[in-house]
Amino acid sequence: MNFLALAWNILPKLMEGAVITIQLTIIAIIIGIIIGIPTALGRVYGNKVVYTVCSFFVEIIRGTPLLTQLFILYFGLPSVGIMLSPFTAAMFGLGINSAAYQAEYFRGAIQSIKKEQLIAAYSIGMNQMQTIRHIVLPQMFRLVIPSWSNELIYLLKYSSMAYMIQAPEIMSQGRLIASRNFRTFEVFIIVALIYLVLVSILSKILDIMENKFRIPGL
Amino acid sequence: MPNVILRAENIYKKYGNLEVLKGISFRVNQGETTVIIGPSGTGKSTLLTCINQLTPPDKGHIWLEDTEITHPDTDINLIRSSIGMVFQHFNLFTHLSVLDNVRIGLLVVKKIPMSEATKISMEKLNDVGLGDKVNAYPAELSGGQQQRVSIARALAMKPKLILFDEPTSALDPELIGEVLNVMTKLAESGMTMVVVSHEMGFARAVANDIIFMENGVIVEEGKPDKMFIQSENPRTKEFLHKITELYGGKKE
Amino acid sequence: MEQINIIWQGLPSLLSGTVTTIILTIYFLGLGFVMGIILALGRVYGSRIINYIIIRPFERFFRAVPALVLLFLFYFGSSFFNLNFSPFVAAILAMGLRSAAYQSEIFRGAIQSIGDGQMKAARSIGMNMFQSIRYIILPQALRLSIPPWANEYAVVLKDTSLAYAVGVTELLRQGRYIVARTFGNALLVYTFCALIYFILVFIGNQILKKLEKKYKIPGHEIQAPKQQSVLERI
Repeated sequence: MNFLALAWNILPKLMEGAVITIQLTIIAIIIGIIIGIPTALGRVYGNKVVYTVCSFFVEIIRGTPLLTQLFILYFGLPSVGIMLSPFTAAMFGLGINSAAYQAEYFRGAIQSIKKEQLIAAYSIGMNQMQTIRHIVLPQMFRLVIPSWSNELIYLLKYSSMAYMIQAPEIMSQGRLIASRNFRTFEVFIIVALIYLVLVSILSKILDIMENKFRIPGL
Repeated sequence: MPNVILRAENIYKKYGNLEVLKGISFRVNQGETTVIIGPSGTGKSTLLTCINQLTPPDKGHIWLEDTEITHPDTDINLIRSSIGMVFQHFNLFTHLSVLDNVRIGLLVVKKIPMSEATKISMEKLNDVGLGDKVNAYPAELSGGQQQRVSIARALAMKPKLILFDEPTSALDPELIGEVLNVMTKLAESGMTMVVVSHEMGFARAVANDIIFMENGVIVEEGKPDKMFIQSENPRTKEFLHKITELYGGKKE
Repeated sequence: MEQINIIWQGLPSLLSGTVTTIILTIYFLGLGFVMGIILALGRVYGSRIINYIIIRPFERFFRAVPALVLLFLFYFGSSFFNLNFSPFVAAILAMGLRSAAYQSEIFRGAIQSIGDGQMKAARSIGMNMFQSIRYIILPQALRLSIPPWANEYAVVLKDTSLAYAVGVTELLRQGRYIVARTFGNALLVYTFCALIYFILVFIGNQILKKLEKKYKIPGHEIQAPKQQSVLERI
């Protein structure tokens, strides 16, 4: 059958994989936020110990390939008795990786808030906790949106690595289909197009979000 | 009969829907300095960039001596190497030393050998008073010094004509003098110059011809004494009065 | 103790894998560099047609499609189109062109932050387009590009691990072989591989930092273009 017919034929199966891809992306970005924000705060406000631990984490994760991190989680942990399913390993692998990058983006956003504002907050009597909560964090969230959007899209793309540890996302589905009909190249053209579409849609959504939440004038 | 270096006829230029130049014609004789004055945004800078075709005019013709610049067959790079341009924001090549800035046109465009190019460059840098800064980089110099380097850069190419686009407008007040001095010396040495400027003192002292432009047309033109003392057009009077208040004219 | 022995004996293979990783990085970055400059010049100085029909679609495709998918496309495409190039070549094409799409953004940003005054000055002394780009624009753009390029270096080095997926015997695959051959402690072996990557990234960054210092133009930094849409940034 011709290319279009092939595409039509395999789309449902690929969509099953796409659902997993999207799930992985969403869960990973959330894990990334949960770990990333405290890490960023630790690097900006923490004492020497906290700073060192957080920096260590960020530098190691950012300095090593995502694939090795996934391999360590999926193939490595069993050596010490921890067996993770492909999806779980992928989830944590992508999530922790994203956390390190997000920590840097949040840190950048926090540090771009002018010192004068903090001084103003202190001078009306706020303590550090209150300043962080009412002055720093609200601005950080809005300033970080461009880098954060980039990160979300990168996650969507890098979720494809989960294929390498046998998670049933779209790449695995593609491979499965190709192993039966031997039309590997064409199948992956379709996979590529699906990614193109997903990325474009996500970008558009993020664009709209960005425009809504941008701090006027900045 | 003085030699006409530059002749412009009926220059029209549009940016989108905005007509910036509406039929400008003038000529400049050899060795003369023409100063173009007028309110901001009236196309004065555009006129200069039309002359060396950085922004080609939509209609009209321009001649450099006997060569028509606006003719499609003309080698524009050749013409440009005969016309010098000094920009408001200097536009020195930031990655090159002062000496290299002046030299590079000679090496790359005129293909002059290194030793001669260096000799010419050193000469021009000494002429503008920067012989001791040859190895400095643009970012290390003051605005006035940078502008003088850019004049040296234009001079090194031995141009027939130099165009100055508001050469002192981006300078701190105390640095304007050093640049105007260089320009005055240049004019006295016989260089043909077209200068767009607000510096009325300079215009009055040095210009052979003053052109007042407004809204894309030449409102009035004439020798400095005529323009400053008994201009015919009320608009000219009004503008000169305003600008002399702001920038200071020559003391009687 | 036995585990450490496994790594000790595996060192030659790991070394060979490291060399392959470095070679891949050089090829990926090299192809990316050459194509990236061409694309960037096309973006800034090229005609609208070239931009909208060739350059933008190319960039959009190579940046929106994941690296792994690109690898597969080139690897399986080689037999599909009867070109039959090796996995090594497929990897270089896929990742090199992908890097080109990212590097072109770096260079484009650098060229545009130089400002058009430089080009005007160069043209005004009679340089033609080629001379202006070669003597005035590119030297400055390349200097400005070093910091973001260091980032691209790190990304590409780490992404060489993906070549594993099409069978290239780089560092990670060598690690896999060791684990498979010796039933060795996978955690230890892969962590060791990660360490080697870390060192390579670190050394590379140090070299690039030195380069940046050496060629710094005082007072100049790339200005990030304001208000880009998401699709233009990824």
